[in-house]
Amino acid sequence: MSVNNNHITIIPGYNLSIGITIFYISFIILLPLISMSITTSHMTLTQFTAVIFDKRVLASFQISIICSLTAAVINCFFGTILACILVYYKFPGRTIIDSMIELPFAIPTAVAGISLAALYSPNGYIGKIAATWGLYPAYSKAGITIALIFVTIPFVVRTIEPVLQNIDPAFKEAAFTLGAGQFTVIRKIIFPEIFPTLLLSGGLAFARAMGEYGNVIFIAGNMPYKTEIVPLLIMIKLEQFNYPQATSIAIVMLLLSFIVMFILNSLQIYYQKIITGGKN
Amino acid sequence: MNKNIILLLFFLVFLTIAIYTIEQQHKHIELINVSYDSTRELYKQYNEAFSIYWKNKTGQVINIIQSHGGSSSQARSVIEGNDADVVTLASAYDISVIASHQLINDNWVSRLPQQSTPYTSTVIFLVREGNPKSIHSWHDLIKKHIHIITANPKTSGGGRWNYLAAWAYAYKTYNGNEFFIENFMQQLFANVLTLDSSVRSATTSFVENNQGDVLISWENEAHLITKKYPGKFEIISPAISILAQLPVALVDKTTTYKNIHTIAEAYLKYLYSPTGQKIAAENFYRPANKLILQNIPIFLTYRWIL
Repeated sequence: MSVNNNHITIIPGYNLSIGITIFYISFIILLPLISMSITTSHMTLTQFTAVIFDKRVLASFQISIICSLTAAVINCFFGTILACILVYYKFPGRTIIDSMIELPFAIPTAVAGISLAALYSPNGYIGKIAATWGLYPAYSKAGITIALIFVTIPFVVRTIEPVLQNIDPAFKEAAFTLGAGQFTVIRKIIFPEIFPTLLLSGGLAFARAMGEYGNVIFIAGNMPYKTEIVPLLIMIKLEQFNYPQATSIAIVMLLLSFIVMFILNSLQIYYQKIITGGKN
Repeated sequence: MNKNIILLLFFLVFLTIAIYTIEQQHKHIELINVSYDSTRELYKQYNEAFSIYWKNKTGQVINIIQSHGGSSSQARSVIEGNDADVVTLASAYDISVIASHQLINDNWVSRLPQQSTPYTSTVIFLVREGNPKSIHSWHDLIKKHIHIITANPKTSGGGRWNYLAAWAYAYKTYNGNEFFIENFMQQLFANVLTLDSSVRSATTSFVENNQGDVLISWENEAHLITKKYPGKFEIISPAISILAQLPVALVDKTTTYKNIHTIAEAYLKYLYSPTGQKIAAENFYRPANKLILQNIPIFLTYRWIL
């Protein structure tokens, strides 16, 4: 392991810092995961697969993945637009909008869930309008997706913002002087710069959405095979005092999120290499 | 700058000392009652009454701490080390699970009168004022275009009782024929609009969000709702329902360790006293004491309990 000691760091020494890092990650992240695995290890492989391939569990995985993916994709699109507006334009009320982006992080999820359910149910303000068009967002997959969009928006905006800020305006100016239109600049300069980060933020949003519970259960309706999400199923197993089954579902969920994050991270590194011309 | 830091440090030290002394002052006897969702109002009233009774009797001041949540989650928290002295949960099943972890003696059911149930409840329907969909019995619930709101039997103790009450009706109607019973249950749950995670969130769906035509719920929950929103809802008692026994138990392991066995026992026994029974009735639980139960008109509309 070679350590680059050429630049002066403010951190007191490499050995100490890496020690702290490894300790912290082990203690805070790895330890709970290991304890989860130990709980599951009381089961045989047959029992484990029986839990995971149960029709109802598979259905809930399908629902969770579809809704989380949809929410992540929609957020990647609108989140980028939001980030662009916040970075490129100065307008009255910008700081207010800027501080509102983080609210979904700060609000207790149950509170947000109850208000969303009230808003989108056929008697709520939005639900009423939707009902006249024959749309019923509450107690459906649409409702779940809405709740997930709400909770994951900060991830996308906050990861894209710094990248946009760091794009050298000279590039854009050069492009404009060479006669490129607005759209070409976005397509050829801005988008390639933010694309790797967008992948990462989408992955973060997806992983977070997969695990979201409090926000969703109020608007989902929780009908088996239709609107039952994986975290609720885990809760159900716990309510039946069935720890091994609950943790085995949780582990599969974790693996899924990890795989998605891993793929997106690899893609990000790959694109980063292209952008920086093989350096890094 | 430095002066500020020193001042801040002094302030922090002062604060910790202050908090510590306040804690010391409050160190009289502490009793933890781990209960479920619907009993919030009941135990708030009961704790006040019991504290007064105990102070008059022994001169000791006790501080009763309440914990509420889903019945099974609460049982789980006790198993995982929540220091409950008494548990007052929504079903015997939840308490037996705690007992199976050697926290409560196996003979807990027989230790208190009436199978350790000082109060019971039952499952009823709540419909909107005027009963627009004319729902009177369990069978009306499986008609077309009826939207039911109930707590999820998989996550909620109340939801389980609702399920069992429907099962009891079907059992009675189809003379125990499993095929017909299951068919009825399927039709019933096909009409369910939302399966909320707890009794209270089912209430929220039905009352605040105006969802569904009928709420299947605890009798006491229904009376609380009609009291809070007079003239908006009607209680329908189905001819057949279930007697929901709501057991209480002393957690032997904790009380022995804290040495408050006598107080915890008195706390549970006082539930059976006239005062305790009255408080239960005032909160729309059916008192175990038959004499008190007979004198309360709201509970007389009941015809048959399985």
